[in-house]
Amino acid sequence: MHIYLDNAATTRVSEEVLAEMLPYFSENYANPSAIYGFAADSQNAVSKARGQIAHLIGADDREIYFTAGGSESDNWAIKAAAEAYSDKGRHIVTSKIEHHAVLHTCEYLEKHGFEVTYLDVDEFGVVAPDVLEKAIRPDTVLVSIMTANNEIGTVEPVARLGGIAHRHGALFHTDAVQAFGHMPIDVNEMNIDMLSASGHKINAPKGVGILYIRKGVKIRSFIHGGAQERNRRAGTLNVPAIVGMGKAAEIAELSMTERGEYITKLRDRLITRVLNEIPYARLNGSPTERLANNANFCFRFIEGESMLMLLDQSGICASSGSACTSGSLDPSHVLLAIGLPHEIAHGSLRLTLSHETTQEQIDFTVDELKKIIARLRAMSPLYEDFTAKRKGA
Amino acid sequence: MYSEKVMDHFTNPRNVGEIENASGVGTVGNAKCGDIMRIYLDISDEGIIRDVKFKTFGCGAAVATSSMATELVKGKNIQQALEVTNKAVMEALDGLPPVKVHCSLLAEEAIHAALWDYSKKHGIKIEGLEEPPEDIGEILEEEEY
Repeated sequence: MHIYLDNAATTRVSEEVLAEMLPYFSENYANPSAIYGFAADSQNAVSKARGQIAHLIGADDREIYFTAGGSESDNWAIKAAAEAYSDKGRHIVTSKIEHHAVLHTCEYLEKHGFEVTYLDVDEFGVVAPDVLEKAIRPDTVLVSIMTANNEIGTVEPVARLGGIAHRHGALFHTDAVQAFGHMPIDVNEMNIDMLSASGHKINAPKGVGILYIRKGVKIRSFIHGGAQERNRRAGTLNVPAIVGMGKAAEIAELSMTERGEYITKLRDRLITRVLNEIPYARLNGSPTERLANNANFCFRFIEGESMLMLLDQSGICASSGSACTSGSLDPSHVLLAIGLPHEIAHGSLRLTLSHETTQEQIDFTVDELKKIIARLRAMSPLYEDFTAKRKGA
Repeated sequence: MYSEKVMDHFTNPRNVGEIENASGVGTVGNAKCGDIMRIYLDISDEGIIRDVKFKTFGCGAAVATSSMATELVKGKNIQQALEVTNKAVMEALDGLPPVKVHCSLLAEEAIHAALWDYSKKHGIKIEGLEEPPEDIGEILEEEEY
């Protein structure tokens, strides 16, 4: 049996969600756009899911648009908003720690006549409201700041950031892929005009997501074709996946407090044990403003991929922001943005928990991690030099 | 993504460690890029590599190539050791994923750097050996962290 501590990458489809989905594969398979009575079940199921999702974020049902996932939602929100409001201005503000679905979309727009400001974050990964305030210009049409960071789990002051965007007449989009269903979100209280979320981070299947678009925001279709989703997103609705995401949203809403408390307790045990028992370890991200399920560490003198491979041999699934896992020579842009030097960022480890994680699993993971880090340090020339230097000093 | 041989050498790396008063020590790579290899050589008066040890900071492929490179030069004479190319290391490991080929280059360079150190210390000229580039990243002080 493996210990799955990569829930920020994806989660398993829960039995309840799967059971809800199953009839929509080969029994109620009608296209919800059809007119005959047989399609009524599909139509009702999609409506129900839309309602469940809307309720979770305090939106109106008609403001929820189904997509193929978080990346599509980010692309749609940013590209379409930039285009729709380009008469007013061509400046976009985002942060340096966004997901690549936002960053690469912004880079694309830069090649097409838009200007983008990438805001710095503080050492915890927080976008300070005054930093946003200073970056906004009269021609800023869109501000896009994530609700919570996927690597280090930092929760951004979205309500304040959204308020600033609005005061300056700009739209506010947030990539809430990691936060949706994991922490309370209210699009009205938090000044959100557009919000991207994904199903597979909350025990729904992969390949389904939503974009919340506030009524009155004039963004156009991104996927052109049929008249689905109020003419704004063509393509036959992925009914089983949508049903799954709706059910998962409902469960998330009902269990959020209880799960949050449970996971936070485990996470804090993990963080405390690691920092107390492993030398030269640091916690990345905010100690307080962080997602309940996220722990992210750097261990000096070792490299992340080696650590992941040895954890894997102990049956533990984890992830790292090391260059070797990203396919480039640079370690995670998030770790660099919070000010970590390259050599330390290479030794990062992300462990993301779920409500199914147990204390035994956490304790086993820490015990294994201690051995693995000691073993890698014993063969690290950096550690050798460091200890030699300390002896000499 | 890795061959069985790479996994074997990563899981059970051969010749990890240091050699006190080594005949030659070579360190290559850069902490910034995430790979550093250090090779220690113990070379007899007859020019035979009696023992070899390594230490590596890096990914699975970096560890495996270091381990394999030490195996390939152990017991060899200097000329034979010089002929251990990155290609030879890669072949002995049944290949590496394309993004990891640079690790095998690092292994070849680490051996050359250790041989260069040996040649300098002992005033010996080794045919076909060039001075290795130095680009080791500075090791951070604790305060900076």
